[in-house]
Amino acid sequence: MSFPWAKQYEPTNPLMKYLDEKLPLPRLVYNAVGAGYPVPRNLSYMWNFGVLAGFCLVLQIVTGVVLAMHYAANDAVAFDSVEHIMRDVNWGWLMRYAHANGASFFFIVIYLHIFRGFYYSSYKAPREMIWLIGVVIFLLTMATAFMGYVLPWGQMSFWGAKVITGLFGAIPLVGESIQVWLLGGYAPDNAALNRFFSLHFLLPFVIAGVVILHIWALHIPGSSNPTGVEVKSESDTLPFHPYYTAKDGLGLAVFLIFYAAFVFFMPNALGHPDNYIPANPLSTPALIVPEWYFYPFYAILRAFTFDFILPAQLWGVLAMFASILVWFFLPWLDKSPVRSGRYRPLFRKFFWVLMVDMAVLFYCGGAHAEEPYIMISQIATAYYFLHFLVILPIISSIEKPEPLPFSITEAVLGSDEKAAQGDSAGTAA
Amino acid sequence: MATTTDTADTVVAEDGVRRRDFIEIAAVATAGVGGIFTLIPLISQMSMSKDVLADSTTELDISALEPGQSIKAIFRKQPVFVRNLTQAEIDAANAVDVDDLRDAESLADRTLEGHENILVVMGVCTHLGCVPLGAAQGEIKGEFGGYFCPCHGSHYDTAARIRKGPAPTNLEVPEYTFTSDTTIVIG
Repeated sequence: MSFPWAKQYEPTNPLMKYLDEKLPLPRLVYNAVGAGYPVPRNLSYMWNFGVLAGFCLVLQIVTGVVLAMHYAANDAVAFDSVEHIMRDVNWGWLMRYAHANGASFFFIVIYLHIFRGFYYSSYKAPREMIWLIGVVIFLLTMATAFMGYVLPWGQMSFWGAKVITGLFGAIPLVGESIQVWLLGGYAPDNAALNRFFSLHFLLPFVIAGVVILHIWALHIPGSSNPTGVEVKSESDTLPFHPYYTAKDGLGLAVFLIFYAAFVFFMPNALGHPDNYIPANPLSTPALIVPEWYFYPFYAILRAFTFDFILPAQLWGVLAMFASILVWFFLPWLDKSPVRSGRYRPLFRKFFWVLMVDMAVLFYCGGAHAEEPYIMISQIATAYYFLHFLVILPIISSIEKPEPLPFSITEAVLGSDEKAAQGDSAGTAA
Repeated sequence: MATTTDTADTVVAEDGVRRRDFIEIAAVATAGVGGIFTLIPLISQMSMSKDVLADSTTELDISALEPGQSIKAIFRKQPVFVRNLTQAEIDAANAVDVDDLRDAESLADRTLEGHENILVVMGVCTHLGCVPLGAAQGEIKGEFGGYFCPCHGSHYDTAARIRKGPAPTNLEVPEYTFTSDTTIVIG
């Protein structure tokens, strides 16, 4: 599925012709990320993060498979096996730091990818399915990251496992049974560690499968673009290769500079020192927080301190899950026919307010659970839900959008006479 | 690299080489070389780790080893046999014409000077890696009074040389030294 002017794969080499008849894998690649995929010509660098997220997934799988060759998922030796990786295994320190920082950079990339989707309303028709699948990928990635963080079996691993599985314990009536079932014990122990390792190995491949669905769904309408105006004619698009392979390549190079800076010069900057203390079920660290990429959601969890019909604990858990599940409803909460925040003055302002709000939640999530952070978390949490459930629907009904360009070509070149005269698809070249 | 020839503003020099070709080749080559370098840690991580390498020598005290006795030790996760040969065993080994052997080595070739009675061999059959019998008391020593591999019936003589059966070579003598009269270090 693509635009009618998409280039067709025409192998000239006899071997490639033979392969194309029997197993058209090169054709698939050509149509997916080659010259056969026409992409809007005006994509900004904010459109790099899909490819970067794919790169991060591959990076995590490669380094993760390497680590699994040396790691032992047993509560008696797991911590020592990580030190074994750091000290004894050839390049083990690099593999572990690459994997640990790779997780953080994966989330940086995913967040920018999601926020790009917020600003340009990439979730709107005809791309709802891409968005919904994307939220599923985000949830799977969160689960994978959480279970991976448990594996070193340090203090933060242990208490993270205890707190997060405790979320399920908040469910009325069956909560405690579910928590014990998830852990396979009264508290995190060998059974929990072993199953977390198993699932941590499995889920990335599930993610890879869902990513294929994400890209498949993307290729039906094609990529969105900063104007939000749909592609009208061939002059609106460029072939993915070489134009966007080059642009993504530059983005990848810049990404790798930042990533390498962390891996080689401050590999523990994004981690918690307490996780270098072996797990101790008898002593909780003074500040028990998740990895930084969960801070905003952790702040929402902790914002509920009072019982209101339901117990406070349950409210926190529900709110935390709801804060992500609300994204599933975005395509229907934002009814404005205009996609891009570039032409939506009011929406644009509130987008940035939401960003500030999430930054506040982020800060509170990493802080001690004490005043004033609890109150700030409560206000920020309230605003978060207000944004999605109230502000966004109101904006989309009262806002007067700015005039849209006629086409992508007009937005880029200032005029698009061919398309305006009705001389479109197929002959515009 | 003719992927951008469809753009109208492409400047093609007389010899058909564009300025952009250089940039493309340089960029892809840099990425390619970088990619190859990342293979080094990915491949190297599978080779022996430092703790395995640190475990690669074995020190043995043989002061209590009387003639006719053997000890089984572990060297690099594999069995090693150290035997104090009796005079009869030494004589039996030296009575054989070396040139008639499948793997021509004399007992002197297989022991250290001044310690011809101490035979150190890997307890790993050179056929397919089983552990031969004969080191412990009461074990079958084979037709030649040395070692016998129960897996496929290789017979080794008192100098642990292959005499009969499928094994291609004598039991391997690992590298070792005497650090004192009664202490050997293997590896």
